[in-house]
Amino acid sequence: MLDVQNLRVSLGGKTILDGLTLTARPGQITCIVGPNGSGKTTCLRAITGDLPFAGRIALGGQDIARLSPRELAALRGVLPQASTLAFPFTVAEVVQIGLHRGTSGAQSERIRAALGRVDLGAYADRSYQELSGGEQQRVQLARVLAQVWEPVADGVPRWLFLDEPVSSLDIAHQLQVMRIARDFASAGGGVVAVMHDLNLTAICADKVILLAAGACHAQGTPGDVMTSDILSRAYGCALHVGQIPPPGTPFVLPHLAALAAE
Amino acid sequence: MVALSDVLPGTRPPRRLDRARRLHLLLALLVVLVSLASLTVGATGLSLGDVLAKGLRGDALSRTESVVLLDIRLPRLAMGLLVGAALATSGAVMQGLFRNPLADPGIVGVTAGGMLGAILAIVLGGLLPAALRALTGAYLVPCAAFVASWATTILLYRVSTRAGRTSVATMLLAGIALTALAGALAGVLIYKADDQQLRDLTFWNMGSLAGANWAKLTAAAPIILTAIAGALCLGRGLNGLALGEATAHHIGIPVQRMKNAAILCVAAASGAAVAISGGIGFVGIVVPHLLRLATGPDHRALLLNSALLGAALLVGADMIARVIITPAELPIGIVTAVLGAPVFLWILLRQRGVVDL
Repeated sequence: MLDVQNLRVSLGGKTILDGLTLTARPGQITCIVGPNGSGKTTCLRAITGDLPFAGRIALGGQDIARLSPRELAALRGVLPQASTLAFPFTVAEVVQIGLHRGTSGAQSERIRAALGRVDLGAYADRSYQELSGGEQQRVQLARVLAQVWEPVADGVPRWLFLDEPVSSLDIAHQLQVMRIARDFASAGGGVVAVMHDLNLTAICADKVILLAAGACHAQGTPGDVMTSDILSRAYGCALHVGQIPPPGTPFVLPHLAALAAE
Repeated sequence: MVALSDVLPGTRPPRRLDRARRLHLLLALLVVLVSLASLTVGATGLSLGDVLAKGLRGDALSRTESVVLLDIRLPRLAMGLLVGAALATSGAVMQGLFRNPLADPGIVGVTAGGMLGAILAIVLGGLLPAALRALTGAYLVPCAAFVASWATTILLYRVSTRAGRTSVATMLLAGIALTALAGALAGVLIYKADDQQLRDLTFWNMGSLAGANWAKLTAAAPIILTAIAGALCLGRGLNGLALGEATAHHIGIPVQRMKNAAILCVAAASGAAVAISGGIGFVGIVVPHLLRLATGPDHRALLLNSALLGAALLVGADMIARVIITPAELPIGIVTAVLGAPVFLWILLRQRGVVDL
């Protein structure tokens, strides 16, 4: 269980998050959505321990402010929005860097499996810097997966935190990444993803947290949160949520009637 | 090998890390060979073979022979090994810390800062109370160089790093400014220096192993060896840092502590090296770069390989410096600059996009 209580984050004297409270359960995919500047990424960075914050963040009942980087790394993996690599490591080496010291025996096996998971099994010895942006993002995902390979370790669920995991991927790989997230959740792990694409969110999320202006605007199932009224107010533009088959899955279409009518 | 990988499906060609680790042995061998050669070469024409033959026959060494060997060549060799290892290792650590292959203590002003510290200690050391001077002894100069290098590295890091991202352009430009400032302050001090101190100071600008003696070595060796040993523990942390500070934290590296340790190692190794040998440039940039080309950037092997190759390279360069214009000798800084500056330019050319001016 991820339990965030009264989270407040200020960056450079500006309050980004102001009293945010949210929860996420293991076994589910929780998606954080919201307009630009609403604090999605800041929220994720506070939860992953990258930013100083006020309030309380607990992961599996443990206050993350009291955990060492090493203990945190055993509990959760983080996929950043963009990564730059300073030196010409190979793909397999990048995945290896994320592994703990103890796993040396099974390391190469796990690296291969993780790369296979993101369709890059044949890329192990390629130079990371020569890959396309989308391929690099998938390598990073493989690195994160390898770090928290078992979704549940010693009865404790582990977590994946994904910051816009599909931002530079084609549609097939977007679905593949969300499938990996789903498998991780189904096996008992927790997944929290910052998402931009509302339709993909509607398909994948078990729970949606809608942020606006540094606070939680709404949270609940996609069906509860993603209504025309709530989304239009949060994003400040007219949005119309329609239903298409399969029934029960909301989908979002920007409402351009006002522009087209002129 | 081929047959083996045919038999076992899934067996990979040797990974780069394994190759890099095998290189440890080869480089250690190279260090030994270069060291032996260095003991043999010199203006007096004394050969190691003669000495060994004498030793085996049980004859005592002549006074000249023992002085040449034990008081001139041996300390000089030890100093070359130490300084070479220190420069190359601190270069590799600094490049990992700044996440850039162009970072080098000599280029970004850390060496200049260390020189300033050393010059301060030489010129103003006499003003210290006698008791304090007796206490610090020969350690005063290397320690002052170390502290000044440390301050310079921290300053440089603060100036060029914003929100975990190091700007290469800022780093290089800050290096120019720091070098100029340290040079100016050193210039002022040189006016205050007396004749003996001036003689001590002249060799800084050249960089040379000619001043090697056991007293200097015993002062600098513990600092350098501790720093290198510390640096060798940073491999995994620097690998993580290559993925960015945030990611390094995510995979369980105590980033701030690791960075502090890295800065301390760089300052100690390059500061102490500067204190005993002056400004010997480019070793810290050439050695790690060659090794990265050969066996990849994995710091877990790169750091030790850098120390070994740096030691061998500097002793080799010192041999060149000693024999190329016998009986005079070239300052070794000139040799390393001639070898190193083109490599630096080559890296710049290949990485033009990296210097985001």
